[in-house]
Amino acid sequence: MDIEETAVKARAFSYFRAATIDQALDAHARAGDDARFIAGGQSLVPALSLRLQAPRLLIDITHIDEMRGVRREGGYLRIGALTRHCEMLSEPLVAEFAPLLHAAAPFVAHPAIRNRGTFGGSVALADPASEFPAMTLALDAEIEIVGPTGRRRVKADDFFLDLFETALQPGELITAIYVPLFKADQRFAFDELARRRGDYAMVGCGIMATCAGDRINDIRISFFSVGNTPTRVKGAEATLIGSSLDAERIAAAQAALEGDLAPPDSDEVPPAMRLHLARVLLGRLLGRLGESA
Amino acid sequence: MSAPLTSLDRPNSYIGRSVPRPNAKRLLAGRGRYVSDLRLPRMLYAAFLRSPHAHAKIVSINTDEARKLEGVHLVAIGADLAKICTPWTGTLDHFKGMISAPQLPLPLDRVVWAGQAVVAVVAESRAIAEDALELIEVDYEDLPLVVDIDSARAAGGPVINPGSTNNICFRAQLDNGAVDDAFAHAAHVVEEEFSFGRHTAVTLEPRAIVADYDPAAGALTVHHATQTPYQFQDLYSRHYGIAEAHVRVVATDIGGSFGMKLHVYHEDMAVVGLSILLGRPVKYVADRIESFVSDIHARDHRVRARMALDAKGEILAMDVRDLTAIGAFSTYPRTSVVEGNQVIRLMGAPYRFKNYRATLEVIFQNKVQTSQYRAVGHPIACAVTERLVDMAAAKVGLDPFSIRAQNVIADDAYPQTSPTGYRFEALSHQACLKRLHELMDYDGLRAEQADLRKRGVYRGIGIAAFVEITNPSPAFYGVGGARISSQDGAILSVTPSGEVRCLISVTEQGQGTEAIISQIVADQLGIAQEHVKVITGDTEVTPHGGATWACRGAGIGGETALQATRALKRNILEIAALILQEQPSALDIINGEIVDAGTRNQRIPISEIARIAYFRSDTLPPGTQAQLTVSHHFAPQGYPFAFTNGIQGCSLEVDVETGFVKVLKHFIVEDCGRIINPMLVDEQLRGGIVQGLGAALFEECRYSETGQLVNGSLADYLVPMAMEMPDIVIAHVETPTADTVLGAKGVGEAGTAAASACVLNAVNDALTPFDATINSIPITPIKILKALKRF
Repeated sequence: MDIEETAVKARAFSYFRAATIDQALDAHARAGDDARFIAGGQSLVPALSLRLQAPRLLIDITHIDEMRGVRREGGYLRIGALTRHCEMLSEPLVAEFAPLLHAAAPFVAHPAIRNRGTFGGSVALADPASEFPAMTLALDAEIEIVGPTGRRRVKADDFFLDLFETALQPGELITAIYVPLFKADQRFAFDELARRRGDYAMVGCGIMATCAGDRINDIRISFFSVGNTPTRVKGAEATLIGSSLDAERIAAAQAALEGDLAPPDSDEVPPAMRLHLARVLLGRLLGRLGESA
Repeated sequence: MSAPLTSLDRPNSYIGRSVPRPNAKRLLAGRGRYVSDLRLPRMLYAAFLRSPHAHAKIVSINTDEARKLEGVHLVAIGADLAKICTPWTGTLDHFKGMISAPQLPLPLDRVVWAGQAVVAVVAESRAIAEDALELIEVDYEDLPLVVDIDSARAAGGPVINPGSTNNICFRAQLDNGAVDDAFAHAAHVVEEEFSFGRHTAVTLEPRAIVADYDPAAGALTVHHATQTPYQFQDLYSRHYGIAEAHVRVVATDIGGSFGMKLHVYHEDMAVVGLSILLGRPVKYVADRIESFVSDIHARDHRVRARMALDAKGEILAMDVRDLTAIGAFSTYPRTSVVEGNQVIRLMGAPYRFKNYRATLEVIFQNKVQTSQYRAVGHPIACAVTERLVDMAAAKVGLDPFSIRAQNVIADDAYPQTSPTGYRFEALSHQACLKRLHELMDYDGLRAEQADLRKRGVYRGIGIAAFVEITNPSPAFYGVGGARISSQDGAILSVTPSGEVRCLISVTEQGQGTEAIISQIVADQLGIAQEHVKVITGDTEVTPHGGATWACRGAGIGGETALQATRALKRNILEIAALILQEQPSALDIINGEIVDAGTRNQRIPISEIARIAYFRSDTLPPGTQAQLTVSHHFAPQGYPFAFTNGIQGCSLEVDVETGFVKVLKHFIVEDCGRIINPMLVDEQLRGGIVQGLGAALFEECRYSETGQLVNGSLADYLVPMAMEMPDIVIAHVETPTADTVLGAKGVGEAGTAAASACVLNAVNDALTPFDATINSIPITPIKILKALKRF
């Protein structure tokens, strides 16, 4: 292929296409730390073009079969890390057994990005403004990791550590995300406040609730675009467990957000405004959740 | 309301007809040839190291390592290019007293905005050039910064230009009538301070240039994505000392310009110099971040304005102060003061009051330069005027339509002079107001608004009348000493097969210039449009002219084409008359055939005239010399500008909990005189409105306290996108200008002129039930929530 000289601005790198996980891990080990795994490339390629990252080696993992596909496995839906965002919209198993992900998917960027970006890539990057990492928290999902020291499963609650920092160690890969199957007594809600459709949200939220009639037996509320990591609001959750979703309880949950969230400084969305927007969004979502009873 | 120049039933009557653009299919098929597509033999690639500081002294530059990198052909700093390029200064004589420091392609010892190009590298690929940039060390010493209007004006604060005592670029004043008296006796006065954020053009295709200097011929060819190839031919010739006839500027397909691609950019000027130094073609295409930090920005105004009215709501006077900050230089060659100048001159333009006072202060600051961008000054003057009119209406107790109907200049009262001194030939505010009222079902919208408000849904309805400057005469730039032409030229030839080639100086940037020129030529000559080929954008081929800016393509370029075609038709009919032994006046041309003017009976095709003229001139009467090529120039005369007018309407909904605004529907009634292609006119209006809505709600170049642009990417700088844009309903009133035969005025900026004003009024209308007003553009969620005291 004749590459237009003017278009290529990344620093030169080597490229290796792995056919298996072992090949990928081996290539990474041989390159030292100076390698990156690449799947959809929707975050990595811009970073390369901007020269924010300049690894010596790119390891293409998109041809590793083991990391593909969506299937039921015990009480979980196993979503292969290479599952593309657009498949979260089109895959019937996701719609049936992980409807929160199905509901969030149309909000993930734009169709061209959804065609290439992968679920595992999004979780691995852990952008605090992204929809899917936060939804793994709401879903109580488990993240399967493979690396030089073997294979393990980490609860989403233990996965997101700090800004772009996760339980993934250098040289480790996410192979799949395990989502507990959606049950008849569960309800969910998702929405975000973004200036334009497809933008990073000013604030976004996904909720999974287990109910007995009007009563909330368990609820997990996860926000994104509110801090350094996707954030569960346990104070707000606690105000709701054991209650029904009346106006008073919703107001209490909204009030609890002040203790749950410590939004970052920003000119465009100062902390007080983000907290206000989070309260508005939570109120609207809990209202919807109540109506869906 | 269509003006009767042609009957659309007549063959070849293309003026007034929605015909597709001949070049649209080629562009859709990916066959466009943009400068970015161009690859010349031996071509090299430039990249620029940019200043991370907004204001700093350059202490030293070490390029040793960069020069050693394999594949690098040249590393140039300011002094290298200063040896071959003369400096330029962005002032014009008719802006009395304005100052600006001389500029060079790359700075010698000081950087004045973050993102300014400092060092150029030319290499065998862009990637190698970028690698080399990482090896360059520049030692800077920070200088005191000027980043906002207040600190720029503060006494004793930092001064950007050495030798100056302050940061003032230009001051102007207007004082007509008896303003103080009018305010002293007014029954009502409304007053507000407005702010307008910086924004920028964001063309799909960024700036792109390939300079190709041939030392053997002493000739420079520049392939340049520009609106104004002739202006750049002149500039490259004069600043690099190459005879104008040896400089060729080619501007083929261009992916949008909006006024951004007619200014001198330091990198572009540098690339020409780099090619001269190397004797090889050098290419530079700005990437998106570079575009954000080096393309001109626009707006950035703070306006305090008040309006005096009598007890019945008659506007008596306006008093305006505009402060605008432009960057560290005034842009060359059109300056950075035209926007402010138009702001103070377009205030109150639709209305008939006579007492007007304005002061303008144009201020330097350490940011990238501002200059002319679509609807220069119009959105600011329109937003200020129209918001004050709405505030006045509320105070007097009038409906927004009523107060405007009461105050606009009557359609039968022209010619008129605006309160600021602009001369209007004929406008149609009353007709437009009336039409908009019906078009938007104003009464229905008001009823719906009242109903929804009871349910906690806050809809807003806004309207904004506007006047747009089009078809500028030499009064715009020529009188100020700029070598920017207000005339256009066309060369028309009949091919031996009887088709017509039209070489014309107006240019095409995607808006359909070539389409309307071919319509005019085909219409006026009497041939099928597909038999007219229009060629634009190559100074080696097309005659010198103003090209495309300030909504002049249709009005001036179109009239040039019309007059040239009429001259060609006379020549064709003369030869036809000799062949047919008739009087030329007894003949006409329809559908490529010479016909009897009276009976329309076909006599002989143009192709036969061409065949005889080119190949069998021996059969013509002795002494006959057929002239099947004509050249013609047209410069606007009469009124200095052909003003257009119109009114826009907007229906939107404000979410008072989130501060989000959803535009539900937008309306425009517009009068651009003769409409040549209704489809293209409507799309110009829609595109312009979308850019205006972007300005109203989304777009702003935001800077940190250290003068860094903090949102220089398309993820952070929000342009309007399809999902957020409403349906746009369009209607027309046609008042052709009598200054030309064609009667066309411009239309490209009308949509942008009033869209943000309309949204501003509609948002404030939606917020009426609350003690909250908005006086700042863009209207963002934070501004609305703050006004509503929600956090």
